[in-house]
Amino acid sequence: MDAATVPSADPIQRYSFPAADCSRIPYGMYRDADIYALEQERIFRGPVWNYLALECELPNPGDFRVVAVGDTPVIVNRARDGNVHAMVNRCAHRGAIVQRAIHGNVRKHVCCYHQWSYELTGKLTGIPFRRGVEGVGGLPADFDMAEHGLQKLRVEVLCGVIFGSFSPEACPLEDFLDAPFVAQIRRLFHKPPVVLGYQRQRVFGNWKLYTDNLRDPNHGGLLHMFQITFGIARLSGRGGATLDRDGKHNMSWAAQGARPEGETPQADAGYGDTGRGDMDIRLRDPSMLRYHKEYPDDLSLTVASIFPNCAFQQIGNTLAVRQIRTKSADEFEIVSTYFGYDDDDAAMRRHRLRKANLAGPAGLVSMEDGEAVELVHRAILRDLDEHSVVEFGGRGPVTDQPNLVTDVPMRGFWITYCRLMGIHAGPANA
Amino acid sequence: MSNLLPLELHMQMTLLFEEYARLLDEDRLEEWTDLFTEECLYEIVSRENVQQNLPLSLMLCDNKNMIRDRISALRQANIYNIHTDCHVIGPIRGTVGEAGYEASAAYSLFQSTQEGETRLFSVGRYHALVIERGGLLRFVRQRVIVDTGAILTLLATPI
Repeated sequence: MDAATVPSADPIQRYSFPAADCSRIPYGMYRDADIYALEQERIFRGPVWNYLALECELPNPGDFRVVAVGDTPVIVNRARDGNVHAMVNRCAHRGAIVQRAIHGNVRKHVCCYHQWSYELTGKLTGIPFRRGVEGVGGLPADFDMAEHGLQKLRVEVLCGVIFGSFSPEACPLEDFLDAPFVAQIRRLFHKPPVVLGYQRQRVFGNWKLYTDNLRDPNHGGLLHMFQITFGIARLSGRGGATLDRDGKHNMSWAAQGARPEGETPQADAGYGDTGRGDMDIRLRDPSMLRYHKEYPDDLSLTVASIFPNCAFQQIGNTLAVRQIRTKSADEFEIVSTYFGYDDDDAAMRRHRLRKANLAGPAGLVSMEDGEAVELVHRAILRDLDEHSVVEFGGRGPVTDQPNLVTDVPMRGFWITYCRLMGIHAGPANA
Repeated sequence: MSNLLPLELHMQMTLLFEEYARLLDEDRLEEWTDLFTEECLYEIVSRENVQQNLPLSLMLCDNKNMIRDRISALRQANIYNIHTDCHVIGPIRGTVGEAGYEASAAYSLFQSTQEGETRLFSVGRYHALVIERGGLLRFVRQRVIVDTGAILTLLATPI
């Protein structure tokens, strides 16, 4: 049999990771529907914590939002006991979506199909005509309602940020996040947040091309020309990448700020003949670019990507959590929750809303990401055992990076990904 | 119904929206900018946020310079999917309001690739405030409420 035309029954045997440091990633990982299905079990429902929502979105008992873990719809709500609960939004009876609204306030969740109703803890409490009519019909007498609740997720909350896990094996949330990312969440949520709104983006590419993008600080100063042009973050400026102990999370950071008004841009030799290092373009209204320092440190740009499904973004004063919701091997959604702080004055509120122009699907800094992901996804359709090259910042160990000219954090993601998927990375006989 | 625009004004309003759509579709974005007054608001916001009284937009320009900056960024800095826009604007409902003429209309926006593949990119509704300036109707406010809140790929060119 020709191995090139008959794919292995086990999808992870179809592709090779020739380097143990994941400096080569086979294209098939981004296109194979069987790999995608396996990821739902081993990554999103694996021993990890997925971002679900913010507590401030659920201030009152009965408040709920429907989110997703991978492609599984999940209800996250606050119950009468004051605690946050999360459960799969799928009726234990015939599998229908129970809660059809994407947000709201309810006393209980009722499936419209046969009116089975669930408490906010996920417990099944009501089945119409359970005993039939005059003792005829209905469910068998030994039907145990306690065994037919909504499938529950474990929930942990850190500083008002709600995470959920399908896995009893997931370690405690703070161990999973590790110190730098616990610190970053504490930094961004050091006082009560208030949600300013949502943005959604559908990208027709594999979700891991986006998590790669989040772990590739090197592209920022090359693809996102707006931020180079207006001096928000240049590759030659002060910045870097901070990782957790496994290297699965990444925080790309920069402490640069926009070019002061009136200052002429300096030619930057690193950009070579790309024409991108010394552009002299000015905004007529640069007020949006100002960063009003609001943390004790001088970080003006931080994007903390948590394995597997979210990123906490600070672009100047624009704050948001991005949740990745997978749709298929070829499509994902980014749902961003933008927030400010409860004590923002009107001027700061307005500044955050204006500065939001930099981020999201229409972001002056970020719009290119959607295009870049789709360009790769389209081009790798064939040659699925060819490989992406990941060597900026060097090969070998995955560690903190002292500048932005690196994609080492990408390798960190893939090393953990391979471990959870059961993929052996490295020479076949090693 | 008595505050509906008189027919002559209604026709001018229709022509304004026709010009608005045509300038966008023909990639004459700088000329499109001229349809706004200096003090103006151009905003694209999702129905999801509007319904929840949440202020966040997808695109927000609260003066004409910010619109100019958007366009110059598109021309000089941003990289986005190469496409042609086709706006189809439905009948306009125009009324005489206190601050000017108010106009609203549904739109469909189709995007086509270089290879001639077309997708329905966005639908929604315009909510405009228009005044007369030097004999011409100009936008003081153009608020685009998109039903297609899940932006397909990315949103670069104005709606």
